[in-house]
Amino acid sequence: MMTRTADDIYKLLEEVKDPEIPVLSLVDLGVITNVEVEGINVSIEMTPTFVGCPAIDMMKSEIVEVLQRNGIEKVNILVTFRKPWTSDSISEKGKAALKKFGLAPPPSAQNLFTDIDILEHVPCPRCSGTDTVLKNPFGPTLCRSIHYCNTCKEAFEQFKPL
Amino acid sequence: MNELALKEFLYKIADDQLILGHRNSEWTGFGPLLEEDIAFSSMAQDKVGQSQALYEILHTLGEQSPDTVAFMRNANQFHNCILTELPNGEYDFSLIRHFLYDTALAIRFDMLTKSSFKPLAELATKIRGELKYHTLHANTWVKQLGSATPESIERLQNSLEYALPFALGIFEKSPFENDIISAGIFEGEDVLKSKWKTKVEEIITQTKLRLPDVSSMTPIEGGRVGKHSEHLQPLLDEMSEVFKIDPTAEW
Repeated sequence: MMTRTADDIYKLLEEVKDPEIPVLSLVDLGVITNVEVEGINVSIEMTPTFVGCPAIDMMKSEIVEVLQRNGIEKVNILVTFRKPWTSDSISEKGKAALKKFGLAPPPSAQNLFTDIDILEHVPCPRCSGTDTVLKNPFGPTLCRSIHYCNTCKEAFEQFKPL
Repeated sequence: MNELALKEFLYKIADDQLILGHRNSEWTGFGPLLEEDIAFSSMAQDKVGQSQALYEILHTLGEQSPDTVAFMRNANQFHNCILTELPNGEYDFSLIRHFLYDTALAIRFDMLTKSSFKPLAELATKIRGELKYHTLHANTWVKQLGSATPESIERLQNSLEYALPFALGIFEKSPFENDIISAGIFEGEDVLKSKWKTKVEEIITQTKLRLPDVSSMTPIEGGRVGKHSEHLQPLLDEMSEVFKIDPTAEW
């Protein structure tokens, strides 16, 4: 069997999407933190977006499934917090996909925010207007907050900065 | 490093998170408004998830699996402070408890990012960011309702006075407190308590609430050494009811 490189594995992982945001691959989401190939063994390190994210087991089994479909039998996945995920781990391609999906991409979280300001006036993913208000820092999943656009008169969600 | 001290330290934080996480989940479907229903449910999910990550660390130190330690222990084997196990009561009490507890928790995890125990420091770096949303939520509502109507102010004031002695029980020291400090695992409960007091004052002074003098208050302790109120065992019985039907079931 042909030996694969880590790059090949990353390409295959592009096929595995976030179960709750089907337009975003795990690679673009930034939860794959390391890939190593040794002969026929593939070791993957990944980290959850939120510690309590219930999707991590589903992501793991989909990774195994996709790799096995491509002839890679020996897959070892380690979930670790060694390189903790932040919303800045989402790729530019991923952020564009989020916006197209109708989810406002997170602003830079480089400096952990200290007050509510960063959550106010989030640009609306539909009209890009900033006349918006935060309705709830908690949304339908741990990684989303709920906002309202005064221009569109519609609610929207944001992928939270973390 | 004194491993027993480290385990005890991890258990108390994990147990706090699991028990309050369970209490928060009891708001699911009962919140005073939909947003609060979602907020308490989300914080429940965060807290239970964070407790699981801490139980995973304990598992690597030789303790039983996360499910086993969560569901198979009796009340006297839990190290959570009594504040976390008190029934939800009305919304005012749940909000004040959330405020007092999560203020301390956020500071604790901020301090733990410098822990000499690396797996904990790494996890703390992650959890610290998540807790920003919890304190943001608590502060927003305490500031709003603490200055709103005579009824909202009186309710929060009463709950504040009732909850404070329990909240001081968060800082109950374990017999290993000095080992934890000298090993560089954590700076200690006294440092945490003093930072907590400053932060609580900072928020309360922005409201019409009065903060009683906590230095003259007697803390309600016992939780850290397994001496709990009558409320913990019924909570555990309910939480583990399904698990105990068939502990070996595959989920």
